[in-house]
Amino acid sequence: MKVGTVLRPALVALLLALILRPEWFTPVFAPLAPEGGPVIYERTSLLSLSLSHLGIVAAASAAATVVAVTLAILVTRPAGAAFRPLSRSIANMGQTFPPVAVLALAVPVLGFGAGPTLVALFLYGLLPIFENAIAGLTTLPPATMEAARGIGLSRWQRLIRVELPLALPVTLTGIRLSVIIALGTATIGSTVAARTLGEVIIAGLLTNNTAFVLQGGLIVGLFAMLIYDAMVQIELRLARRMGL
Amino acid sequence: MIEIDRITKVYDGAKAVDAVSMTVETGTITVIVGTSGSGKTTLLRMINRLEEPTSGEVRINGESTLSVKPHILRRRIGYVIQGHGLFPHHTVARNIGAVPRLLNWPREKIEARVDELLTLFSMDPAQFRDRYPAELSGGQQQRVGVARALASRPDLLLMDEPFGALDPIIRARAQDDLRHIQQRLGSTILLVTHDMEEAIRLGDRVAVMDGGRLVQHATPAELIARPASAFVADMVGNVERPLRLLSLIPVSEAVEDGPAEGEPLPAGSSLRDALSACLWTGRTAVPIHRDGTSAGRVTLDAIRARAGLHE
Repeated sequence: MKVGTVLRPALVALLLALILRPEWFTPVFAPLAPEGGPVIYERTSLLSLSLSHLGIVAAASAAATVVAVTLAILVTRPAGAAFRPLSRSIANMGQTFPPVAVLALAVPVLGFGAGPTLVALFLYGLLPIFENAIAGLTTLPPATMEAARGIGLSRWQRLIRVELPLALPVTLTGIRLSVIIALGTATIGSTVAARTLGEVIIAGLLTNNTAFVLQGGLIVGLFAMLIYDAMVQIELRLARRMGL
Repeated sequence: MIEIDRITKVYDGAKAVDAVSMTVETGTITVIVGTSGSGKTTLLRMINRLEEPTSGEVRINGESTLSVKPHILRRRIGYVIQGHGLFPHHTVARNIGAVPRLLNWPREKIEARVDELLTLFSMDPAQFRDRYPAELSGGQQQRVGVARALASRPDLLLMDEPFGALDPIIRARAQDDLRHIQQRLGSTILLVTHDMEEAIRLGDRVAVMDGGRLVQHATPAELIARPASAFVADMVGNVERPLRLLSLIPVSEAVEDGPAEGEPLPAGSSLRDALSACLWTGRTAVPIHRDGTSAGRVTLDAIRARAGLHE
């Protein structure tokens, strides 16, 4: 029996319950709340916070994917090969820069709200996708590429019909890493008034309420686990079909 | 008819292919054979312009290959490589239908063509159409690779060491299949190999290359009987020359009336098979059967008479 078949629905159910019916968990979290203080976060609906959190992550990751994959395609063409080291350094810098610093620097320009968070997550997410897309596009099976040219596919057709689909499983691994990093990092966005699940955690830290911290942390953690698992399943299915 | 006209390729000042000219008749197999570095693969790749010739040109049915864009030209020329190069993310049917799809054939016509080719290669369409290349054996992958190259009924089929990745038993079968299919479809084939045995077995004509030059272009029998240089003689294998010659002659050419004892040979065998049967069983003649009835015998003397130049 596979553990996943039991565990997966159980975790989904737990996550849904934590978001939609947080009051069910009052007895669990009560010992962690301060004396006489609130046990369950009720200032805003956890559902709307979750959706906003996922929305910011999805938007930033989608933008990072489009930019990183486009860059990877350009620098793996013969004409763009000279730019590969430069573009690698830039993507690496994006990764080195702490997201908190990006937030602090972006606020004066973009103001409070979701903007700075989107920028930070976007910059932070570029590198894994870029590196993996390059790895995928430069390790294509030589015989297949030779045949693709030999049977008369144009450059564009080779890219769309052969290179990108074959590089997809490896690229997806990069997107997965990027999404998981973004899911966690997005919580920091609440310090500059982005609506994310970080709000719950920060409210807990400010009022010394461990129950809030745990609640927010659990929801983010469960999202990360389930999304990670779903993406691994997609990658495995693709790779298996190609006999990799 | 394919005319290769003084085609030359220079890499860094060195001539990989040096002014090679030859003519390939429609409906024949020409095998280009040579050691590695002889320029045979470069010569082949210049025909569909995977390599651009430094000088010279190739004409297919009178039309220069330089008159169309390379990728358009390649859609008219089938191409088979060692290790098949199938698209791992496409089904067998999509792989075979790749070129017809590029040529915008209607869907039903592509489907019918895919099924026709699978049947021709004795692979049941219902069973194999929707499989992925990773789910096939090496021999099946190779057949799908050849089927893909034949799908659009190309003017010419180029094959670069097509059987190199197969084990000897499957290779022999793939060679026989290719021969049958070529005879049935009347295809024009240019095949590159380093294996002289394969060249003699498959080629209507054999072109031997050495150091970028074409050193001999002749029928297999001529090549064995009158090698143009010491290099060609060496490639053919001096010691094995009589045996190679015998393997080209069907027993039907040496058959005579008369009795013979023992296990009969079918009429499609070669004199080499007959010699082998004589030596192995200590006979001086073997009976020949055609469609189950006796068609005479082949004697050791008759074989000896054909095994060399002393006639």
